[in-house]
Amino acid sequence: MTDFSSPRSRLNRPPIYQGDADPTSPQPARVAGRAVLTSDHPDRNPASRDVDQRLGDFAPQAGQRATREVAGALAVAAVFVVASVVFYIGFADTADSSGAGLGNLQVSNLVLGLTIGVALLLAGVGLVRWSRVLMAGNPIVEHTAAGGLPQNGFGEDLAGRRLGRRPLIRNAALGALALLPLPAVLALRGFDPDASRRRAQTAWVEGVRLLTDQSYRPIRASDLQVGEMVNVMPASLLDLPEQGPARMNERAKSPVVLVRMQPEEMTPAEGRENWHVDGIIAYSKICTHVGCPVSLYERTTHHLLCPCHQATFDLSDNGAVVFGPATRSLPQLPLAVDEDGFLVARSDFTEAVGPGYWEREA
Amino acid sequence: MTKSAQVPTKQSRNWARRGAGGLVDFVDRRIASSRWGKRNAGRAFPDHWSFWLGHIALFSFVVIILSGVFLTLWFEPSMTPVTYDGAYAPMQGVVVSEAYASTLELSFEVRGGLLMRQVHYWATHVFIAAMSVHLLRVFFTGAFRAPRKLNWLVGLGLLVLGIVGGYTGHGLPDDLLSGTGLRVVEGGIVAIPIVGTYLSSFIFGGEFPGEDIISRLYVLHVFVLPALIVALLAVHLILVRRQRHTQWGGADKSSRNVVGSSFASHTTKAGALVLIVSGVIVLMAATIQINPVWLRGPYDPSQVSAGSAPDWYIAFLDGALRLMPPWQVDVFGHELTLSVLGPVIVLPGIILTALAIYPWIEQKIAGEKHDQHILDRPRDMPTRTGLGVGFVVFYLMLWIAGGNDILAAIFDVPVNWVTRFLQIGIILMPVAAYSITKRVCLGLQRRDRDKLLHGVETGITVVRPGGAFSEVHIPLSRPAAYALASREREGPFELGPEVDENGIPAPRPRWSKLRARLSKVYFGDVIDQPTAEEISATGSDSRHLATAPAGSGVGEKPSHER
Repeated sequence: MTDFSSPRSRLNRPPIYQGDADPTSPQPARVAGRAVLTSDHPDRNPASRDVDQRLGDFAPQAGQRATREVAGALAVAAVFVVASVVFYIGFADTADSSGAGLGNLQVSNLVLGLTIGVALLLAGVGLVRWSRVLMAGNPIVEHTAAGGLPQNGFGEDLAGRRLGRRPLIRNAALGALALLPLPAVLALRGFDPDASRRRAQTAWVEGVRLLTDQSYRPIRASDLQVGEMVNVMPASLLDLPEQGPARMNERAKSPVVLVRMQPEEMTPAEGRENWHVDGIIAYSKICTHVGCPVSLYERTTHHLLCPCHQATFDLSDNGAVVFGPATRSLPQLPLAVDEDGFLVARSDFTEAVGPGYWEREA
Repeated sequence: MTKSAQVPTKQSRNWARRGAGGLVDFVDRRIASSRWGKRNAGRAFPDHWSFWLGHIALFSFVVIILSGVFLTLWFEPSMTPVTYDGAYAPMQGVVVSEAYASTLELSFEVRGGLLMRQVHYWATHVFIAAMSVHLLRVFFTGAFRAPRKLNWLVGLGLLVLGIVGGYTGHGLPDDLLSGTGLRVVEGGIVAIPIVGTYLSSFIFGGEFPGEDIISRLYVLHVFVLPALIVALLAVHLILVRRQRHTQWGGADKSSRNVVGSSFASHTTKAGALVLIVSGVIVLMAATIQINPVWLRGPYDPSQVSAGSAPDWYIAFLDGALRLMPPWQVDVFGHELTLSVLGPVIVLPGIILTALAIYPWIEQKIAGEKHDQHILDRPRDMPTRTGLGVGFVVFYLMLWIAGGNDILAAIFDVPVNWVTRFLQIGIILMPVAAYSITKRVCLGLQRRDRDKLLHGVETGITVVRPGGAFSEVHIPLSRPAAYALASREREGPFELGPEVDENGIPAPRPRWSKLRARLSKVYFGDVIDQPTAEEISATGSDSRHLATAPAGSGVGEKPSHER
């Protein structure tokens, strides 16, 4: 496939310092491409050996000084090791008397780390000095046979003989291999056939009260000032066991941000005109990008920004995306007021919350 | 073992040497280690600072393993909720997972535990950084060329495993940031068409976050990934040994030898580097706080803190997530979220594929048929170097984007501006970097040619009897000139005449036309090295240069435009 005999005038000029071709070498004297051609011939390939002597080789005093330096570095390293051990044992008393405060912790971390770190570093520096100044015999030249790795085309020969002659078998084998992942895909669905349905549901249903997050208190419309934002969880969350994955999973799906604005500032979409209560409006807190909790609210613009990837939603405009990588509006939770005057959900979200997935309707 | 090459020949009076010699002999009589030692005694280890980058990665991996084993003694990989009653007062009474509680225990109640945690974390950063720089070194010097293409793949695999290892570890403490990181990963997984939803359910054991993910990450983090890394490391090192190390071209060097340090010297330096790398990591752990999980609190999927950013080695993917436009397509009623799928799945796939196949592509274009043991200076392959720098700039733009909110805060500009600027920059800057780098390389090649032809400027100006001024140039020493000139001159692959002398059309597969075009991009504007005749024409010895009359071209700016 590659034709090296084609005319390339610039290549045909002799290079300087080109080595004599070795007739016994399996490599041609000149190859196309970018191979570096050098030679072992001393006239062609000059030596740099004489400039690379070790200091200790020709200056005995320098060698002795370096010896002392190496020994000194290793001795100081040993002192630091001992210091770290002393500190490690001795620190126990002070830690017990005052408890494990942050101040003690910082001192412990610093002293222990400094002593061990300096000890390692000094020992390393000492060894480098030993190697660079005192160890003789550099550089050395190791001769290796050219083409030392097999070049006889064993594999091509094998493939050509065994597979090349039977293209039908080869293609059938490749086709069968390509289909192998299919059972894995089906098995994956089999593990948890409910997965996509669960993604579309949250703990919100009709009549569920909105509770403040953490303190879990129900909210009256009059509790909220214009411009205020409150993090909200569904009252149904409290039915789940207090410690365990069920409540944790719901905290990943059901959180809601509740804000209050002047009703005339809103432009509700068709069918959402009565989803707010006197300008109090609720959206899913889970970003439609990759699911971080959207949490930075700017009350003058009604923009809600996700701190993870800066997707920005306009809460006065049905949670529409105004900036960033999110592709969908924040789902809105329809609100109502129950007989006791507390805010409740009219229903679950009307679309799946959180990041987009294959089964979600586009 | 390393001393076996230098077993003292006479009985030493030094008891330590006698003891060491006796031990070596004891071992040698059982496993014949002196044969191994003698084989190594003749080996040369090429010496250049950049050849130690891989060692730094290896040694920081050793630190990771040692500190990691320490951490496993206390860490509980469990999401079972417990009420924290440990030493850290602000968190007492809070319901947290066992993983988070045991991480606090490690930090506050285990002596040296915080240091070990920080050593483990810093060593990971050093490990991945060293592998990344090592990869760049191998790329820019062409050390990936045959016969080392396989080892390039192994190295790439190690980098990926290192990054995955780091990220699985980042998820273990179950603090607010690690959980947020997992949340983003989950958002990426569900964006995969057809299987995404079920894959996520499979990985997390049901809904996110569930109660399984920490123990699953733990198995990956302390068993599967380290085992894979050790296996690939073994392959990597065996291949380096089998194929021997590359070396820079120059005096003494040829593709049929290896010039470098002796085994004893190399081993001493390697041992020193073990100590230095671990010493620096411990010093970093002692003085620079990293991952203070107690400040962030336990993970709660309904909370996040501003300025949440992943570790630097994964930040390029997070940056891609931030820069990607909000694209989404409808595939037969299904949602395909390109704004997530692109950055999290497609982009890393493209980057890895491009890196993996590059050695094969370049070999095809260059038409190399033989093994390459001499490294390229980056300037001698301007197109490769340009592509590499373009890629680095692309990566850096993504990386910067991973901190766009922090940048916006520092420069006090809207984050939207930073994002828009980077969205445009990520397209323009790599192209600009490519072409600037290529020009710089060609300029450096001209400089090399200049040095070979006219020597080095001395700054000494002489006045001739006729009143003319000229600068004295000193020719390069023979080894220095050889180092510059020993590369082969390159020319683009040309197709040759369409018909041969008998009028028969030459066979021209489509591939060879493409190759000719690509080869022109690679080698079309490479500066020729001077030939021997050109050098003798300008004069290469100093007396000639110093006494040449003005106007002969000596000492003036040479013109060698082709």
